[in-house]
Amino acid sequence: MSQLLSQVFATLSALLLAPLLLGWVDQSRAWLANRSGPGILQPYRTLHKLFNKESVMADTASPLFRFVPYLIFGCMLLASAIIPTLSTDLPLARAADAIALVGLFALARVFLALAAMDIGTAFGTLGARREMLIGFLAEPALLTVLFSSSLIANSTALKTIVNKVSQNEFTIYPSLVFAAMAFVLVFLAENARVPVDNPATHLELTMIHEALILEYSGRHLALLEWAAALKLFAYSTIGIALFLPWGITGGMDPQRVILALVFLILKLALLGVILALVETLSAKLRIFRVPEFLATAFLLGVIGMLTHILLGS
Amino acid sequence: MSNISIQLINLFAAFLLMLAFAMLAQRRVLNLVHIYALQGFTVVAATSVVAYVTHQDHLYFSAVMTLVLKVFFIPWVLHRLIKRLNVRWDVETLINIPSTMLVGIVLVVFAFNLALPVSRLSSSVSPGTLGIALACVLLSFMMMITRSKAIPQVIGFLSMENALVFAATSATYGMPMVVELGIALDVLVGVFILGLFMFQIREQFESLDISHLENLKEG
Repeated sequence: MSQLLSQVFATLSALLLAPLLLGWVDQSRAWLANRSGPGILQPYRTLHKLFNKESVMADTASPLFRFVPYLIFGCMLLASAIIPTLSTDLPLARAADAIALVGLFALARVFLALAAMDIGTAFGTLGARREMLIGFLAEPALLTVLFSSSLIANSTALKTIVNKVSQNEFTIYPSLVFAAMAFVLVFLAENARVPVDNPATHLELTMIHEALILEYSGRHLALLEWAAALKLFAYSTIGIALFLPWGITGGMDPQRVILALVFLILKLALLGVILALVETLSAKLRIFRVPEFLATAFLLGVIGMLTHILLGS
Repeated sequence: MSNISIQLINLFAAFLLMLAFAMLAQRRVLNLVHIYALQGFTVVAATSVVAYVTHQDHLYFSAVMTLVLKVFFIPWVLHRLIKRLNVRWDVETLINIPSTMLVGIVLVVFAFNLALPVSRLSSSVSPGTLGIALACVLLSFMMMITRSKAIPQVIGFLSMENALVFAATSATYGMPMVVELGIALDVLVGVFILGLFMFQIREQFESLDISHLENLKEG
């Protein structure tokens, strides 16, 4: 019973914290650009506005177009439920390991691309193609990152990895340094952040993620925006689970879960500032430079695994 | 105590490898110089840790010498060279960068396998780092091969020397002081001569592209 309670609490906190994280990143970006910014609650206001608006459908839309937002939202919610954010003792964590998690993200990506192509506009197809280009390069890189961590814990279950790194005595793992670098690159590419895509513009030549959801409006768009925020949150918590797991508790003691929540919020705040800093300092890459960017991520992941094998630590 | 130092040495070794790849991927000459300085600093840190663990005092001298020479002086000379020659343009590579990186992975695997039997025999604090040092040497070699301009080639040469120093300190606690002084002096003189060469090459061909040197055969 209390296991269920902790799962519900973790999922709810993911649902509510995800837009807050997005708002915090946007606010930090605005501050770094010397603007006053919309405030960190802006994503909630956007979601509220969109949920109250009418949803307009194109005449050519098939039923697929209609159910994809729900599917993607479900995928992202499940992903955030699987990743140990507060406690490693989650009933759902047993359902899927790190590889299945990557599969879950891939499922969402494929359906989003299909929905974008479904309407038949040029922008949707363009966005879908670009998204698939990035996806097929980012997935192996993400897998090598997860494998580097799995080699240390001898398990692909995120829960075991977190336990291994956080509960043993402090050890420096050189392979994790490489994995972390690779993860940052994948993180930027997968969440449509600046060097790969700019989340703040609808410029037709450069947009990727915005092109995919261009045809959606109203509650469907709200779900997709929320799903994007959840994806950002899920990736951030994967990063925290793999590289900064201190503070995540093993049990379900309410006091320690609250403490873990405080730790999580602090870490996410720090991560948001770093993300904003990276985005402010880097220029957007040309689309044909993106494979190079992701090849670097893949390479760093492979080197991480190799150093683990060589140095044996 | 010594457990965490060994981990630190391994970490610095990993950093060195990462910087070698960063050099391979780098397009701009100025950033190459910065990465080179950072690489020198990593070697300094690793040498200091080895000196601390093994109580070999001459390694501290070696670290200080590396710090002065490779972190401050040579990058400063290179900066001046780049300014004087006015070569801040993008570096042209002969092979495109992603394929260079993939070849780099193969080189790393090769170096690791090559060093594995050697490091099993070694009794030093961190035998695994020999493979990494060897990989860095090979990667620097490859950088010299794949770049067509003179300055990146010189930086490749210098970073190879860095990797060799690292290999020497981590695998055998450093060479005798005389040898190290000699190498340091060689590198210094090498940089000056190569700098002079660059001026001569540019005066002759109005470009720093090494491929122009092939014309000399016919003349």
